[in-house]
Amino acid sequence: MTGIGQAAADLAPALLQTLSDVLPIILLLFVFQIVVLRRPLRHPGRKLIGLGYVVAGLALFGAGLESALFPLGRSMAAQLTAPDFLGLAEGEMGPPSAYLWVYVFAAAIGFATTVAEPALITVSIKAEQVSAGTIRAFPLRLAVALGVAVGVALGTYRIVSGTPLHWYIMAGYLLVAAQTIWAQRVMIPIAYDSGGVTTSTVTVPVVSALGISLAAAIPGRSPLVDGFGLIAFASLFPIISVLAYAWTAAWLLRYRRWTRRRERTS
Amino acid sequence: MRIPSSPALQPAPRSASASGRALRRFLRLFAGAGRDLAPLIGVVAFFQFVIFRQPLPDFESILLGLVFVVLGLAMFIHGLETSLFPIGEDMANALTAKASVPWLLVFAFGLGFGTTVAEPALIAVAGEAGKIAAEAGMIEATPAAIEHWSNRLRQVVAVSVGSSIVLGVMRIIRGWPIHFIVIGGYMVVLVMTAFTPPEFVGIAYDAGGVTTSTITVPLVAALGVGLSTGIRGRSPVTDGFGMIALASLFPIIFVLGYGMVS
Repeated sequence: MTGIGQAAADLAPALLQTLSDVLPIILLLFVFQIVVLRRPLRHPGRKLIGLGYVVAGLALFGAGLESALFPLGRSMAAQLTAPDFLGLAEGEMGPPSAYLWVYVFAAAIGFATTVAEPALITVSIKAEQVSAGTIRAFPLRLAVALGVAVGVALGTYRIVSGTPLHWYIMAGYLLVAAQTIWAQRVMIPIAYDSGGVTTSTVTVPVVSALGISLAAAIPGRSPLVDGFGLIAFASLFPIISVLAYAWTAAWLLRYRRWTRRRERTS
Repeated sequence: MRIPSSPALQPAPRSASASGRALRRFLRLFAGAGRDLAPLIGVVAFFQFVIFRQPLPDFESILLGLVFVVLGLAMFIHGLETSLFPIGEDMANALTAKASVPWLLVFAFGLGFGTTVAEPALIAVAGEAGKIAAEAGMIEATPAAIEHWSNRLRQVVAVSVGSSIVLGVMRIIRGWPIHFIVIGGYMVVLVMTAFTPPEFVGIAYDAGGVTTSTITVPLVAALGVGLSTGIRGRSPVTDGFGMIALASLFPIIFVLGYGMVS
Protein backbone atom coordinates (compact mmCIF):
# COMPACT_ATOMS: atom_id res chain seq x y z
CA MET A 1 0.00 0.00 0.00
CA THR A 2 1.85 3.05 -1.22
CA GLY A 3 -1.22 5.10 -0.44
CA ILE A 4 -0.54 5.40 3.31
CA GLY A 5 3.06 6.66 2.97
CA GLN A 6 2.09 9.10 0.25
CA ALA A 7 -0.87 10.39 2.23
CA ALA A 8 1.25 10.86 5.36
CA ALA A 9 3.84 12.80 3.35
CA ASP A 10 1.06 14.98 1.94
CA LEU A 11 -0.39 15.72 5.35
CA ALA A 12 2.33 17.96 6.85
CA PRO A 13 2.27 20.75 4.21
CA ALA A 14 -1.49 20.25 3.97
CA LEU A 15 -1.83 21.12 7.68
CA LEU A 16 0.03 24.41 7.15
CA GLN A 17 -2.04 25.29 4.08
CA THR A 18 -5.21 24.44 5.99
CA LEU A 19 -4.19 26.65 8.90
CA SER A 20 -3.89 29.61 6.54
CA ASP A 21 -7.27 28.73 5.00
CA VAL A 22 -9.04 28.89 8.36
CA LEU A 23 -7.08 31.88 9.68
CA PRO A 24 -9.30 34.68 8.22
CA ILE A 25 -12.51 33.43 9.82
CA ILE A 26 -10.79 32.78 13.17
CA LEU A 27 -9.23 36.27 13.14
CA LEU A 28 -12.58 37.85 12.28
CA LEU A 29 -14.43 36.13 15.10
CA PHE A 30 -11.75 36.81 17.73
CA VAL A 31 -11.20 40.45 16.74
CA PHE A 32 -14.94 41.12 16.84
CA GLN A 33 -15.24 39.35 20.17
CA ILE A 34 -12.56 41.55 21.73
CA VAL A 35 -12.87 44.90 19.90
CA VAL A 36 -16.59 45.22 19.19
CA LEU A 37 -18.37 43.06 21.74
CA ARG A 38 -15.67 43.53 24.45
CA ARG A 39 -16.60 40.25 26.07
CA PRO A 40 -14.35 37.39 27.07
CA LEU A 41 -14.84 34.15 25.17
CA ARG A 42 -16.88 31.50 26.95
CA HIS A 43 -15.23 28.07 27.23
CA PRO A 44 -11.96 29.15 25.54
CA GLY A 45 -10.34 25.72 26.07
CA ARG A 46 -13.14 23.78 24.43
CA LYS A 47 -13.18 26.21 21.51
CA LEU A 48 -9.44 25.87 21.00
CA ILE A 49 -9.80 22.08 20.82
CA GLY A 50 -12.66 22.59 18.37
CA LEU A 51 -10.40 24.69 16.15
CA GLY A 52 -7.83 21.90 16.26
CA TYR A 53 -10.50 19.54 14.95
CA VAL A 54 -11.41 22.01 12.18
CA VAL A 55 -7.82 22.24 10.93
CA ALA A 56 -7.04 18.52 11.25
CA GLY A 57 -10.36 17.54 9.66
CA LEU A 58 -9.90 19.89 6.71
CA ALA A 59 -6.36 18.57 6.11
CA LEU A 60 -7.57 14.95 6.25
CA PHE A 61 -10.43 15.77 3.90
CA GLY A 62 -7.93 17.33 1.48
CA ALA A 63 -5.81 14.18 1.52
CA GLY A 64 -8.88 12.01 0.90
CA LEU A 65 -9.94 14.34 -1.89
CA GLU A 66 -6.71 13.70 -3.80
CA SER A 67 -6.65 9.95 -3.22
CA ALA A 68 -10.38 9.11 -3.45
CA LEU A 69 -12.93 11.65 -4.66
CA PHE A 70 -11.02 13.03 -7.66
CA PRO A 71 -9.76 9.58 -8.79
CA LEU A 72 -13.31 8.23 -8.45
CA GLY A 73 -14.69 10.91 -10.79
CA ARG A 74 -11.80 10.45 -13.24
CA SER A 75 -12.04 6.69 -13.24
CA MET A 76 -15.79 6.71 -13.87
CA ALA A 77 -15.35 9.18 -16.74
CA ALA A 78 -12.57 7.05 -18.24
CA GLN A 79 -14.65 3.86 -18.09
CA LEU A 80 -17.80 5.55 -19.41
CA THR A 81 -15.93 6.91 -22.44
CA ALA A 82 -13.66 3.91 -23.13
CA PRO A 83 -13.90 3.10 -26.88
CA ASP A 84 -14.46 -0.62 -26.09
CA PHE A 85 -17.40 0.20 -23.84
CA LEU A 86 -18.94 2.55 -26.42
CA GLY A 87 -18.20 0.30 -29.39
CA LEU A 88 -16.25 3.02 -31.18
CA ALA A 89 -12.81 2.99 -32.81
CA GLU A 90 -9.90 4.58 -30.89
CA GLY A 91 -10.12 8.39 -31.19
CA GLU A 92 -13.48 8.26 -32.96
CA MET A 93 -16.13 10.75 -31.89
CA GLY A 94 -19.54 9.11 -31.67
CA PRO A 95 -22.88 10.93 -31.97
CA PRO A 96 -24.17 12.33 -28.65
CA SER A 97 -26.58 9.38 -28.45
CA ALA A 98 -23.63 6.97 -28.20
CA TYR A 99 -22.84 8.36 -24.75
CA LEU A 100 -26.18 7.39 -23.18
CA TRP A 101 -24.57 5.73 -20.12
CA VAL A 102 -22.74 8.98 -19.34
CA TYR A 103 -26.08 10.77 -18.95
CA VAL A 104 -27.57 7.91 -16.94
CA PHE A 105 -24.58 7.93 -14.58
CA ALA A 106 -24.70 11.71 -14.22
CA ALA A 107 -28.42 11.65 -13.42
CA ALA A 108 -27.99 8.81 -10.92
CA ILE A 109 -25.15 10.60 -9.09
CA GLY A 110 -27.12 13.86 -9.04
CA PHE A 111 -30.29 12.24 -7.71
CA ALA A 112 -28.71 9.91 -5.15
CA THR A 113 -26.40 12.46 -3.55
CA THR A 114 -29.10 15.14 -3.34
CA VAL A 115 -32.10 13.25 -2.01
CA ALA A 116 -30.22 12.30 1.20
CA GLU A 117 -28.49 15.67 1.66
CA PRO A 118 -28.98 16.84 5.30
CA ALA A 119 -29.08 20.56 4.43
CA LEU A 120 -31.89 19.87 1.96
CA ILE A 121 -33.90 17.90 4.53
CA THR A 122 -33.76 20.90 6.90
CA VAL A 123 -34.78 23.34 4.17
CA SER A 124 -37.68 21.18 2.99
CA ILE A 125 -39.13 20.82 6.49
CA LYS A 126 -38.91 24.58 6.94
CA ALA A 127 -40.60 25.09 3.57
CA GLU A 128 -43.49 22.83 4.58
CA GLN A 129 -44.09 25.02 7.63
CA VAL A 130 -43.85 28.30 5.70
CA SER A 131 -46.17 27.30 2.88
CA ALA A 132 -49.13 26.54 5.21
CA GLY A 133 -49.58 23.03 3.90
CA THR A 134 -49.48 23.47 0.13
CA ILE A 135 -45.87 22.24 -0.02
CA ARG A 136 -44.92 18.87 1.45
CA ALA A 137 -41.39 18.18 2.62
CA PHE A 138 -40.80 14.86 0.86
CA PRO A 139 -42.13 15.78 -2.62
CA LEU A 140 -40.08 18.97 -2.34
CA ARG A 141 -36.94 16.92 -1.72
CA LEU A 142 -37.86 14.74 -4.71
CA ALA A 143 -38.33 17.85 -6.84
CA VAL A 144 -34.90 19.19 -5.87
CA ALA A 145 -33.21 15.81 -6.45
CA LEU A 146 -34.90 15.39 -9.85
CA GLY A 147 -33.82 18.94 -10.72
CA VAL A 148 -30.20 18.10 -9.89
CA ALA A 149 -30.42 14.81 -11.81
CA VAL A 150 -31.77 16.47 -14.97
CA GLY A 151 -29.28 19.34 -14.54
CA VAL A 152 -26.16 17.18 -14.24
CA ALA A 153 -27.31 14.87 -17.06
CA LEU A 154 -27.95 17.85 -19.35
CA GLY A 155 -24.58 19.25 -18.29
CA THR A 156 -22.80 16.09 -19.43
CA TYR A 157 -24.79 16.21 -22.69
CA ARG A 158 -23.47 19.74 -23.17
CA ILE A 159 -19.89 18.53 -22.66
CA VAL A 160 -20.39 15.67 -25.14
CA SER A 161 -22.04 17.88 -27.75
CA GLY A 162 -19.67 20.81 -27.16
CA THR A 163 -22.38 23.50 -27.17
CA PRO A 164 -21.71 26.78 -25.30
CA LEU A 165 -22.50 26.73 -21.59
CA HIS A 166 -24.10 30.16 -21.40
CA TRP A 167 -26.93 29.22 -23.81
CA TYR A 168 -28.16 26.60 -21.38
CA ILE A 169 -27.65 28.71 -18.26
CA MET A 170 -29.28 31.79 -19.76
CA ALA A 171 -32.24 29.84 -21.12
CA GLY A 172 -32.58 28.33 -17.64
CA TYR A 173 -32.58 31.71 -15.91
CA LEU A 174 -35.09 33.14 -18.39
CA LEU A 175 -37.34 30.23 -17.42
CA VAL A 176 -36.71 30.97 -13.72
CA ALA A 177 -37.56 34.63 -14.30
CA ALA A 178 -40.83 33.68 -16.00
CA GLN A 179 -41.68 31.19 -13.25
CA THR A 180 -40.92 33.81 -10.58
CA ILE A 181 -43.67 36.06 -11.95
CA TRP A 182 -46.31 33.38 -11.31
CA ALA A 183 -44.83 31.94 -8.10
CA GLN A 184 -46.18 32.39 -4.57
CA ARG A 185 -44.06 35.04 -2.87
CA VAL A 186 -42.98 32.84 0.07
CA MET A 187 -41.66 30.18 -2.29
CA ILE A 188 -39.29 32.46 -4.22
CA PRO A 189 -36.42 32.70 -1.69
CA ILE A 190 -36.81 29.00 -0.77
CA ALA A 191 -36.54 27.96 -4.42
CA TYR A 192 -33.54 30.22 -5.03
CA ASP A 193 -31.74 28.88 -1.96
CA SER A 194 -32.45 25.25 -2.83
CA GLY A 195 -30.14 25.73 -5.80
CA GLY A 196 -27.31 26.63 -3.46
CA VAL A 197 -27.70 23.95 -0.80
CA THR A 198 -27.68 20.96 -3.15
CA THR A 199 -24.01 21.01 -4.04
CA SER A 200 -22.38 19.38 -1.02
CA THR A 201 -18.72 19.04 -0.14
CA VAL A 202 -18.59 15.38 -1.14
CA THR A 203 -20.51 15.75 -4.41
CA VAL A 204 -18.67 18.77 -5.82
CA PRO A 205 -15.22 17.14 -6.25
CA VAL A 206 -16.63 13.95 -7.84
CA VAL A 207 -18.90 15.86 -10.23
CA SER A 208 -16.22 18.34 -11.29
CA ALA A 209 -13.65 15.58 -11.84
CA LEU A 210 -16.27 13.76 -13.93
CA GLY A 211 -16.83 16.85 -16.12
CA ILE A 212 -13.15 17.65 -16.60
CA SER A 213 -12.24 14.03 -17.43
CA LEU A 214 -15.18 13.69 -19.82
CA ALA A 215 -14.01 16.77 -21.70
CA ALA A 216 -10.47 15.38 -21.75
CA ALA A 217 -11.59 11.94 -23.00
CA ILE A 218 -13.97 13.03 -25.75
CA PRO A 219 -12.17 13.93 -29.00
CA GLY A 220 -12.41 17.62 -29.88
CA ARG A 221 -13.31 18.90 -26.37
CA SER A 222 -11.05 21.00 -24.16
CA PRO A 223 -11.10 20.43 -20.38
CA LEU A 224 -10.68 24.15 -19.72
CA VAL A 225 -13.47 25.39 -22.00
CA ASP A 226 -15.90 22.44 -21.86
CA GLY A 227 -15.02 20.62 -18.63
CA PHE A 228 -16.47 23.07 -16.11
CA GLY A 229 -20.13 23.92 -15.72
CA LEU A 230 -21.68 20.80 -14.18
CA ILE A 231 -21.94 22.49 -10.75
CA ALA A 232 -23.70 25.43 -12.40
CA PHE A 233 -26.27 23.05 -13.91
CA ALA A 234 -26.72 21.34 -10.54
CA SER A 235 -27.44 24.73 -8.92
CA LEU A 236 -29.80 26.04 -11.60
CA PHE A 237 -32.16 23.16 -12.31
CA PRO A 238 -33.46 22.66 -8.75
CA ILE A 239 -34.74 26.27 -8.82
CA ILE A 240 -36.79 25.42 -11.91
CA SER A 241 -38.11 22.14 -10.50
CA VAL A 242 -38.98 23.64 -7.09
CA LEU A 243 -40.86 26.57 -8.64
CA ALA A 244 -42.65 24.13 -10.94
CA TYR A 245 -43.56 21.89 -8.00
CA ALA A 246 -44.80 24.83 -5.90
CA TRP A 247 -46.91 26.10 -8.78
CA THR A 248 -48.38 22.63 -9.43
CA ALA A 249 -49.12 22.08 -5.73
CA ALA A 250 -50.87 25.45 -5.41
CA TRP A 251 -52.87 24.80 -8.58
CA LEU A 252 -53.92 21.33 -7.39
CA LEU A 253 -55.08 22.77 -4.08
CA ARG A 254 -57.17 25.41 -5.85
CA TYR A 255 -58.60 22.83 -8.21
CA ARG A 256 -59.62 20.54 -5.33
CA ARG A 257 -61.26 23.40 -3.45
CA TRP A 258 -63.10 24.44 -6.58
CA THR A 259 -64.48 20.93 -7.26
CA ARG A 260 -65.49 20.58 -3.60
CA ARG A 261 -67.38 23.85 -3.76
CA ARG A 262 -69.16 22.76 -6.93
CA GLU A 263 -70.20 19.49 -5.34
CA ARG A 264 -71.63 21.34 -2.38
CA THR A 265 -73.63 23.84 -4.47
CA SER A 266 -75.07 21.30 -6.91
CA MET B 1 -21.12 -0.78 1.18
CA ARG B 2 -19.86 0.21 4.59
CA ILE B 3 -16.55 1.68 5.43
CA PRO B 4 -14.83 -0.37 8.11
CA SER B 5 -13.55 1.77 10.95
CA SER B 6 -10.51 0.19 12.54
CA PRO B 7 -9.63 1.08 16.15
CA ALA B 8 -6.51 2.90 14.90
CA LEU B 9 -8.72 5.45 13.15
CA GLN B 10 -10.72 6.40 16.21
CA PRO B 11 -9.84 9.89 17.44
CA ALA B 12 -8.64 8.51 20.76
CA PRO B 13 -5.99 11.04 21.93
CA ARG B 14 -8.19 14.15 21.83
CA SER B 15 -11.47 12.65 22.97
CA ALA B 16 -9.94 10.84 25.92
CA SER B 17 -9.63 14.18 27.69
CA ALA B 18 -13.12 15.29 26.68
CA SER B 19 -16.25 13.73 28.14
CA GLY B 20 -17.86 10.52 26.88
CA ARG B 21 -20.74 12.53 25.53
CA ALA B 22 -18.42 14.36 23.16
CA LEU B 23 -17.09 11.03 21.92
CA ARG B 24 -20.59 9.72 21.29
CA ARG B 25 -21.48 12.89 19.43
CA PHE B 26 -18.35 12.55 17.35
CA LEU B 27 -19.19 8.95 16.48
CA ARG B 28 -22.64 10.09 15.40
CA LEU B 29 -21.03 12.69 13.14
CA PHE B 30 -18.72 10.00 11.79
CA ALA B 31 -21.74 7.85 10.94
CA GLY B 32 -23.42 10.92 9.45
CA ALA B 33 -20.45 11.65 7.18
CA GLY B 34 -20.46 7.99 6.15
CA ARG B 35 -24.15 8.26 5.33
CA ASP B 36 -23.48 11.33 3.16
CA LEU B 37 -21.05 9.26 1.17
CA ALA B 38 -23.23 6.14 0.93
CA PRO B 39 -25.42 7.19 -2.07
CA LEU B 40 -22.32 8.12 -4.04
CA ILE B 41 -20.67 4.79 -3.26
CA GLY B 42 -23.89 2.96 -4.11
CA VAL B 43 -24.15 4.51 -7.58
CA VAL B 44 -20.45 3.94 -8.33
CA ALA B 45 -20.67 0.32 -7.11
CA PHE B 46 -23.75 -0.31 -9.27
CA PHE B 47 -22.03 0.98 -12.40
CA GLN B 48 -18.83 -0.87 -11.59
CA PHE B 49 -20.37 -4.30 -11.06
CA VAL B 50 -23.53 -4.22 -13.20
CA ILE B 51 -22.62 -2.00 -16.16
CA PHE B 52 -18.81 -2.20 -16.53
CA ARG B 53 -18.47 -5.64 -14.89
CA GLN B 54 -14.89 -5.09 -13.83
CA PRO B 55 -13.19 -4.24 -10.51
CA LEU B 56 -12.64 -0.55 -9.72
CA PRO B 57 -9.10 0.55 -10.62
CA ASP B 58 -6.94 1.57 -7.60
CA PHE B 59 -9.58 0.16 -5.28
CA GLU B 60 -7.31 0.10 -2.19
CA SER B 61 -6.10 3.67 -2.34
CA ILE B 62 -9.62 4.94 -3.11
CA LEU B 63 -11.01 3.05 -0.12
CA LEU B 64 -8.32 4.52 2.13
CA GLY B 65 -9.03 7.97 0.73
CA LEU B 66 -12.74 7.55 1.41
CA VAL B 67 -11.93 6.73 5.05
CA PHE B 68 -9.90 9.97 5.14
CA VAL B 69 -12.82 11.89 3.64
CA VAL B 70 -15.33 10.53 6.16
CA LEU B 71 -12.99 10.99 9.12
CA GLY B 72 -11.91 14.44 7.92
CA LEU B 73 -15.47 15.67 7.37
CA ALA B 74 -16.59 14.31 10.75
CA MET B 75 -13.71 16.05 12.56
CA PHE B 76 -14.24 19.24 10.56
CA ILE B 77 -17.96 19.42 11.36
CA HIS B 78 -17.42 18.44 15.00
CA GLY B 79 -14.82 21.22 15.29
CA LEU B 80 -17.10 23.75 13.61
CA GLU B 81 -19.98 22.89 15.93
CA THR B 82 -17.89 23.27 19.06
CA SER B 83 -15.92 26.39 18.05
CA LEU B 84 -16.79 28.58 15.08
CA PHE B 85 -20.56 28.03 14.90
CA PRO B 86 -21.36 28.99 18.54
CA ILE B 87 -19.03 32.02 18.40
CA GLY B 88 -20.46 33.08 15.05
CA GLU B 89 -24.09 32.68 16.16
CA ASP B 90 -23.54 34.54 19.45
CA MET B 91 -21.85 37.30 17.54
CA ALA B 92 -24.53 37.53 14.86
CA ASN B 93 -27.17 37.84 17.59
CA ALA B 94 -25.16 40.38 19.61
CA LEU B 95 -24.38 42.53 16.57
CA THR B 96 -27.92 42.51 15.21
CA ALA B 97 -29.27 43.40 18.66
CA LYS B 98 -26.83 46.31 18.99
CA ALA B 99 -27.91 47.48 15.50
CA SER B 100 -24.71 49.33 14.69
CA VAL B 101 -25.02 49.15 10.93
CA PRO B 102 -21.41 49.94 9.90
CA TRP B 103 -19.97 47.25 12.19
CA LEU B 104 -22.65 44.86 10.99
CA LEU B 105 -21.62 45.41 7.37
CA VAL B 106 -17.93 44.97 8.20
CA PHE B 107 -18.81 41.75 10.01
CA ALA B 108 -20.97 40.58 7.09
CA PHE B 109 -18.13 41.09 4.63
CA GLY B 110 -15.59 39.37 6.87
CA LEU B 111 -17.94 36.46 7.48
CA GLY B 112 -18.52 35.89 3.76
CA PHE B 113 -14.81 36.23 2.96
CA GLY B 114 -13.54 34.10 5.84
CA THR B 115 -15.98 31.22 5.43
CA THR B 116 -15.42 31.07 1.67
CA VAL B 117 -11.63 30.89 1.93
CA ALA B 118 -12.03 27.92 4.30
CA GLU B 119 -14.70 26.17 2.21
CA PRO B 120 -13.41 22.65 1.32
CA ALA B 121 -15.37 22.31 -1.93
CA LEU B 122 -13.93 25.58 -3.24
CA ILE B 123 -10.38 24.52 -2.30
CA ALA B 124 -10.98 21.34 -4.33
CA VAL B 125 -12.38 23.02 -7.43
CA ALA B 126 -9.87 25.90 -7.46
CA GLY B 127 -6.99 23.42 -7.22
CA GLU B 128 -8.39 21.39 -10.09
CA ALA B 129 -8.96 24.54 -12.15
CA GLY B 130 -5.33 25.56 -11.57
CA LYS B 131 -4.06 22.22 -12.86
CA ILE B 132 -6.29 22.37 -15.94
CA ALA B 133 -5.24 25.97 -16.65
CA ALA B 134 -1.58 24.90 -16.49
CA GLU B 135 -2.20 21.93 -18.80
CA ALA B 136 -3.89 24.24 -21.28
CA GLY B 137 -0.88 26.57 -21.21
CA MET B 138 -2.80 29.50 -19.71
CA ILE B 139 -0.38 29.73 -16.77
CA GLU B 140 3.07 28.25 -16.11
CA ALA B 141 3.00 24.55 -15.28
CA THR B 142 4.97 24.85 -12.01
CA PRO B 143 3.39 23.92 -8.65
CA ALA B 144 4.07 27.44 -7.36
CA ALA B 145 2.34 29.11 -10.31
CA ILE B 146 -0.63 26.75 -10.05
CA GLU B 147 -0.97 27.37 -6.32
CA HIS B 148 -0.68 31.12 -6.82
CA TRP B 149 -3.36 31.05 -9.52
CA SER B 150 -5.82 28.92 -7.56
CA ASN B 151 -5.29 30.94 -4.36
CA ARG B 152 -5.97 34.12 -6.33
CA LEU B 153 -9.13 32.57 -7.75
CA ARG B 154 -10.30 31.67 -4.25
CA GLN B 155 -9.62 35.19 -3.01
CA VAL B 156 -11.68 36.66 -5.86
CA VAL B 157 -14.53 34.31 -4.99
CA ALA B 158 -14.18 35.12 -1.28
CA VAL B 159 -14.37 38.88 -1.94
CA SER B 160 -17.46 38.28 -4.05
CA VAL B 161 -19.20 36.24 -1.34
CA GLY B 162 -18.27 38.92 1.24
CA SER B 163 -19.87 41.58 -0.99
CA SER B 164 -22.95 39.44 -1.51
CA ILE B 165 -23.46 39.03 2.25
CA VAL B 166 -23.16 42.82 2.65
CA LEU B 167 -25.85 43.27 -0.01
CA GLY B 168 -27.93 40.52 1.63
CA VAL B 169 -27.79 42.35 4.97
CA MET B 170 -28.70 45.65 3.30
CA ARG B 171 -31.57 43.87 1.58
CA ILE B 172 -32.97 42.60 4.87
CA ILE B 173 -32.57 46.01 6.57
CA ARG B 174 -34.19 47.92 3.71
CA GLY B 175 -36.62 45.20 2.66
CA TRP B 176 -35.60 45.08 -1.02
CA PRO B 177 -37.27 42.17 -2.90
CA ILE B 178 -34.83 39.39 -3.72
CA HIS B 179 -35.99 38.51 -7.21
CA PHE B 180 -35.20 41.93 -8.73
CA ILE B 181 -31.61 41.66 -7.50
CA VAL B 182 -31.21 38.05 -8.68
CA ILE B 183 -32.79 38.53 -12.11
CA GLY B 184 -30.91 41.82 -12.61
CA GLY B 185 -27.71 40.05 -11.57
CA TYR B 186 -28.16 37.35 -14.16
CA MET B 187 -28.69 40.01 -16.85
CA VAL B 188 -25.26 41.37 -15.85
CA VAL B 189 -23.85 37.81 -16.08
CA LEU B 190 -25.31 37.44 -19.59
CA VAL B 191 -23.72 40.67 -20.80
CA MET B 192 -20.36 39.93 -19.16
CA THR B 193 -20.23 36.40 -20.62
CA ALA B 194 -20.05 37.91 -24.10
CA PHE B 195 -16.85 39.80 -23.20
CA THR B 196 -15.07 37.15 -21.11
CA PRO B 197 -12.52 34.69 -22.56
CA PRO B 198 -14.29 31.30 -22.91
CA GLU B 199 -11.78 29.57 -20.60
CA PHE B 200 -13.17 31.53 -17.67
CA VAL B 201 -16.89 31.08 -18.34
CA GLY B 202 -17.20 27.50 -17.06
CA ILE B 203 -15.08 28.15 -13.96
CA ALA B 204 -17.04 31.32 -13.20
CA TYR B 205 -20.42 29.62 -13.47
CA ASP B 206 -19.25 26.74 -11.29
CA ALA B 207 -17.84 29.11 -8.66
CA GLY B 208 -21.41 30.17 -7.92
CA GLY B 209 -22.49 26.70 -6.83
CA VAL B 210 -19.31 25.74 -5.03
CA THR B 211 -19.12 28.55 -2.51
CA THR B 212 -22.20 27.69 -0.53
CA SER B 213 -21.69 24.55 1.50
CA THR B 214 -20.26 23.32 4.78
CA ILE B 215 -19.08 26.46 6.61
CA THR B 216 -20.76 29.28 4.73
CA VAL B 217 -24.39 28.15 4.84
CA PRO B 218 -24.84 27.70 8.63
CA LEU B 219 -23.00 30.91 9.60
CA VAL B 220 -24.64 33.05 6.93
CA ALA B 221 -28.05 31.58 7.74
CA ALA B 222 -27.48 32.43 11.43
CA LEU B 223 -26.76 36.03 10.45
CA GLY B 224 -29.82 36.22 8.21
CA VAL B 225 -32.18 34.71 10.76
CA GLY B 226 -30.74 36.86 13.58
CA LEU B 227 -31.20 40.00 11.50
CA SER B 228 -34.73 39.33 10.31
CA THR B 229 -35.83 38.36 13.83
CA GLY B 230 -34.39 41.59 15.24
CA ILE B 231 -35.93 44.00 12.71
CA ARG B 232 -39.62 44.73 13.00
CA GLY B 233 -41.68 43.76 9.94
CA ARG B 234 -39.21 41.14 8.74
CA SER B 235 -39.90 37.45 9.06
CA PRO B 236 -37.03 35.02 9.60
CA VAL B 237 -38.53 32.48 7.22
CA THR B 238 -39.05 34.68 4.17
CA ASP B 239 -36.25 37.22 4.71
CA GLY B 240 -33.75 34.85 6.29
CA PHE B 241 -33.79 32.84 3.07
CA GLY B 242 -32.34 34.37 -0.05
CA MET B 243 -28.88 35.13 1.34
CA ILE B 244 -27.51 31.94 -0.24
CA ALA B 245 -28.98 32.90 -3.61
CA LEU B 246 -26.94 36.12 -3.60
CA ALA B 247 -23.84 34.22 -2.47
CA SER B 248 -24.28 31.99 -5.53
CA LEU B 249 -24.75 34.90 -7.94
CA PHE B 250 -21.90 37.26 -7.02
CA PRO B 251 -19.02 34.80 -7.54
CA ILE B 252 -20.10 34.38 -11.18
CA ILE B 253 -19.95 38.12 -11.78
CA PHE B 254 -16.62 38.58 -9.98
CA VAL B 255 -14.85 35.62 -11.62
CA LEU B 256 -16.11 36.75 -15.07
CA GLY B 257 -14.72 40.19 -14.24
CA TYR B 258 -11.45 38.64 -13.11
CA GLY B 259 -11.28 36.75 -16.42
CA MET B 260 -11.81 39.98 -18.35
CA VAL B 261 -9.00 41.89 -16.65
CA SER B 262 -6.41 39.09 -16.30
